[in-house]
Amino acid sequence: MTEPDITVRDLTMAYGDVVIQRDLTFTVNQGDIFIIMGGSGCGKSTLLRHMIGLKEPAHGDIHFSGESFWQADDETRVRLMRRCGVLFQSGALWSSMSLAENVGLPLHEYTELNDKQIQEVVSFKLALVGLAGFGDYYPSELSGGMQKRAGLARAMALDPDILFFDEPSAGLDPISSRHLDDLILELRDSLGATIVVVTHELASIFAIGNNSVFLDADTKTMLASGPPHAMLADCGIPVIQQFLRRGEVASVAP
Amino acid sequence: MTELRVTRPLEHTILVELIGHWRLQEHPPLMQDLVREFRSNPPAQFFRFNAQALESWDTGLITFLLRLQRICHRKHMTIDFSGLPQGAQRLIHLATVIPERQENMRLRAKEGRVFRLVTKAISTTDGAQDMVAFVGETFITFFRFLRGRAQYRQSDLALAIQECGAKALPIVTLISVLVGLILAFVGAVQLKQFGAQIYVANLVGLGMAREMGAMMTAVIMAGRTGAAFAAQLGTMRVNQEIDAFITMGISPMEFLVLPRMLALMLMMPLLCIYSDILGILGGAIVGVTMLDLGAAQYFYQTQEALTFTDFSVGIVKSVVFGVLVAIAGCLRGMQCGSSSAAVGLATTSAVVTGIVFIVVSDAILTVMYDILGV
Repeated sequence: MTEPDITVRDLTMAYGDVVIQRDLTFTVNQGDIFIIMGGSGCGKSTLLRHMIGLKEPAHGDIHFSGESFWQADDETRVRLMRRCGVLFQSGALWSSMSLAENVGLPLHEYTELNDKQIQEVVSFKLALVGLAGFGDYYPSELSGGMQKRAGLARAMALDPDILFFDEPSAGLDPISSRHLDDLILELRDSLGATIVVVTHELASIFAIGNNSVFLDADTKTMLASGPPHAMLADCGIPVIQQFLRRGEVASVAP
Repeated sequence: MTELRVTRPLEHTILVELIGHWRLQEHPPLMQDLVREFRSNPPAQFFRFNAQALESWDTGLITFLLRLQRICHRKHMTIDFSGLPQGAQRLIHLATVIPERQENMRLRAKEGRVFRLVTKAISTTDGAQDMVAFVGETFITFFRFLRGRAQYRQSDLALAIQECGAKALPIVTLISVLVGLILAFVGAVQLKQFGAQIYVANLVGLGMAREMGAMMTAVIMAGRTGAAFAAQLGTMRVNQEIDAFITMGISPMEFLVLPRMLALMLMMPLLCIYSDILGILGGAIVGVTMLDLGAAQYFYQTQEALTFTDFSVGIVKSVVFGVLVAIAGCLRGMQCGSSSAAVGLATTSAVVTGIVFIVVSDAILTVMYDILGV
């Protein structure tokens, strides 16, 4: 289970001339729950946008199971992107469609299942995230947490190998976000999927992450990578210690 | 290959052996063995699985198992998933641990015709009420403005004036010249028969000044500015920006609607005069190039035909249209629901409402002018 699934090599991200992060190199192994962490505005979500193919890197490349994403032709890219499911920060459900249609759309587009089979798959995916029976609801009729879970059901519609989560616990109460963390762990264990999570929730980072990368806004690069617990125990970089301890360290100050 | 083999190791137990790749994309296995076992005697009570020959699986397997579970539940049979891969067992547990809440199932019951008619009638009256309320609020806001007590920013007003004044000039130019041309053409065909082509100048001048100038600018503004107003305010509604104004005690009517309405009220008459002149110019192009009229002759004839009253008739109309377009745009924007689809609906509805307002009010004004004899 240590086969590298995603490899990021020498990645430099920039908006025009403004460099967000440079020289990012790390590996996400299969079955990992990989955390992208760092303070606000350091480029976590931008890194995610690069990894899911929404933004082209200024320099460097991203490989999925050894296959380059940005060097590849359009057909390969579509194939690679279909291996990924993405849960956007606010769910990003299509507001003109009911939940069942939201989850069913990728199935309609990419599989040859008939309507009844799709309906079965949809109700299973909704049940998986605890939304059984909500298929006829529209996104605007749901609470934020439910929208997020519905977004997860949609992200899982095509049984992706890799799931990306952009700030899954943002805007959720501690208990809901705990449930979501449990769900993420459960999905990794039962589906064997690789999961990449962008978050700055310390509780989530330590509860679910087994590998991570820390981005820093000031130096505009990654400061460390590895399991979060090991980072907390071993890493001597003050910025990381402060981050992982909510700033409650006086002894490690520079 | 997806296959299943059904055996009965004990009298009351059905054992299902899952073989091959149980994936969504594979062809579903043949179920007749299973169906036969279900119907056979003595009825089985236990259901078990053997997954040793299962090579790969995904949602396809789980949906199949969940379906089987439903059937077993109905027949009061016990289903035992312990022979399945760990992951599949956990997923089934996860999917069934939170029961489907029956009250969540929407009752999309068949609604009778009377019911639908009544609902429609209620929603129409509600819509009319909202509109009247909005118009009332607009008037109150406007009076507050006249008494100098309205809260709004001069810069917003300036921006709105730029947006619906200067930036609208190119499209108004194009449309007005073309409308002038078209009017001249239509008139020329008839008037030429009597050798009275010089009266094309009267026709175009009166047509533009009294009617088409104001009308066409209003339609352009409804499509251009009214839609923009609805989209801006609608998006602000979706993002809760309007709620933020309300909680700070700032009236969105004064802060958002007033500058937009003032801008349109001020700019519409100017655009209307501009459009009148360009329309006459368009008519002159046809007159000079196709009807062999001299340019001076054409403009002299126009001058003779038009009075100040004709212009003012059009200008008054344009002010009314401006207010109506602003009201339609802002009303639909403020009524916007809370999703991105709602913004689209609000925009469409703003244009439709705007154009309906324009045409209806134009008809009323024309009749009023007729009665007043102007």
